[in-house]
Amino acid sequence: MAMMVEVRDLVKYYGPVLALSRINFAVAAGEIVGFLGPNGAGKTTTLKILAGFLAPSAGTARINGYDCVSQSLEVRQSLGYLPESVPVYPDLTVTQFLKFAARAKGVEAKEEKAEVERVVAACGLKEVRQTLSSALSKGFRQRLGLAQALLGQPPVLILDEPTIGLDPSQIVEIRSLIKELAGDHTVILSSHILPEVSQLCQRVIIINRGQIVASDTPENLSRQLGRGASLVLRVRGPELEVEAALQAVPGVLQVSAQGEERYLVTAGNGHEADLPPQLAREVVGQGWELMELKAQDVTLEDVFLNLVTEEET
Amino acid sequence: MKALNGCRALIRKELTVYFATPIFYLAGFFFLLLVGYFFFTNVLYFSIISSQIMREAAQNPQVTGQLHPQQLVFRPLFGTLAIVLLFLVPLLTMRLLAEEKRSGTAQLLFTYPLSDWTVIMGKFLAALLVFIILLCFTLVFGVVFAFISRVEWGPLIAGYLGVLLLGSSGLALGLFASSLTENQIVAGVAGFGLLLLFWIIGWVQELGAGGWGGVGQFLSMMEHYDSFTRGVIDTRDLVYYLSFIYFFLFLTKRQLESRRWRA
Repeated sequence: MAMMVEVRDLVKYYGPVLALSRINFAVAAGEIVGFLGPNGAGKTTTLKILAGFLAPSAGTARINGYDCVSQSLEVRQSLGYLPESVPVYPDLTVTQFLKFAARAKGVEAKEEKAEVERVVAACGLKEVRQTLSSALSKGFRQRLGLAQALLGQPPVLILDEPTIGLDPSQIVEIRSLIKELAGDHTVILSSHILPEVSQLCQRVIIINRGQIVASDTPENLSRQLGRGASLVLRVRGPELEVEAALQAVPGVLQVSAQGEERYLVTAGNGHEADLPPQLAREVVGQGWELMELKAQDVTLEDVFLNLVTEEET
Repeated sequence: MKALNGCRALIRKELTVYFATPIFYLAGFFFLLLVGYFFFTNVLYFSIISSQIMREAAQNPQVTGQLHPQQLVFRPLFGTLAIVLLFLVPLLTMRLLAEEKRSGTAQLLFTYPLSDWTVIMGKFLAALLVFIILLCFTLVFGVVFAFISRVEWGPLIAGYLGVLLLGSSGLALGLFASSLTENQIVAGVAGFGLLLLFWIIGWVQELGAGGWGGVGQFLSMMEHYDSFTRGVIDTRDLVYYLSFIYFFLFLTKRQLESRRWRA
């Protein structure tokens, strides 16, 4: 398959500080790839280089076959970029802003109006069309940022933290919007949040201290973690007995009581799916009250702690 | 063609921002107020002189030839206009690139498919258009003066060409100052300082600085302006201003390029 994005031995120094050290990856056309990493890991730097905003200290980055440094204009023609923290022109209204962006991106004059209408509708900006960008709420601002990235139907979209700072319903909306974009567009997005990335992306690249520490599908990655999923239970009953009973359920790796009737159960590999009903049966069978049973989201910290400890041992 | 469209888009955006923010109206108001005041005092002075000359003319008819409206009204007016420009120009340019950097919109602007030159020309031409709009208001003075006295349009047009070139040079320099920082105030002060420097550098000649005095005088923006106010269009002055504009736009481009590597 044709590679839409190709990054080879990318190095970036900020003065004496090494921000990226020999990053290599490739993204196929139509793929959605998630960049995961803590603050300062180099996610934004990588995305800025791909967008042509920064030049790498060494190495090459190619988008749509064009080099990000020597063919910057062609690269910029084929991508939509949503920068982190979504800068907007405060003195322009949403429509004025989008019209400017459309013209700047080389949308033909006669298609300009239709194109602006398309992204306004796609990003749900109809009601704020005449609002000054500075007066937009965080959610609308984020949508405006996404809308300007979509203008001109670029084949590659680079989205830096597209859902940060949004309320849950907005997050769901933006996520479904990004999902719709898959197929027609190649999407690279960055995030802090593992569940988000695993929902949206076909592949996850984990980056830490300027280096790629893992790159795989979300499923493989969580398998790789080797610790399986965690469940949280709230059971009304004698603590020690409950703990012992839960530990006795087949497939349970570890149980730890956390006070206030809470128990954290870690599932062994391959038992994630069948464990919840078994645990529920056990608790109810013992005559205790099951107040709550839910899967614990694997957080970025967990992934990291695991990857780092694996590397060390 | 694409670059032209990008440039047009940018000019439109910049004009929208100019007209949406108070700085244009405030700067324009004081610019016209000051220029209007100077025009008024010049005309007043002219009428005093002319009534004196008229009285003398009763004895000696030749003195009426000394009554020169260009020399008495417009040449000093162009002189004071230059001083007002010193303050006006940095106000018009300080926002242009500094604000893009501060608000982060530079990340959008420089990832749109616009070349650095397109961005620079768009910003420069937008500021120039705003400056021309303000300058157009001052044409009223010429028209008003035509009612009360004889106006020599040729020298007046030459003077306006001088103002236009002086202003454009200032705008190019101000744009460069704006590319240096992300703080508008710093950009404004730096622009003002640089303008002042290119103004007073000509004074070294008067201090008798020898050979360097000639260099200073040649580099001075005001030296080249002077002939325009006398109604003389000299190719050397035209070349000076056009090179000055190109030089500072070029420096701005280098500054934008270097940002990619340093930031």
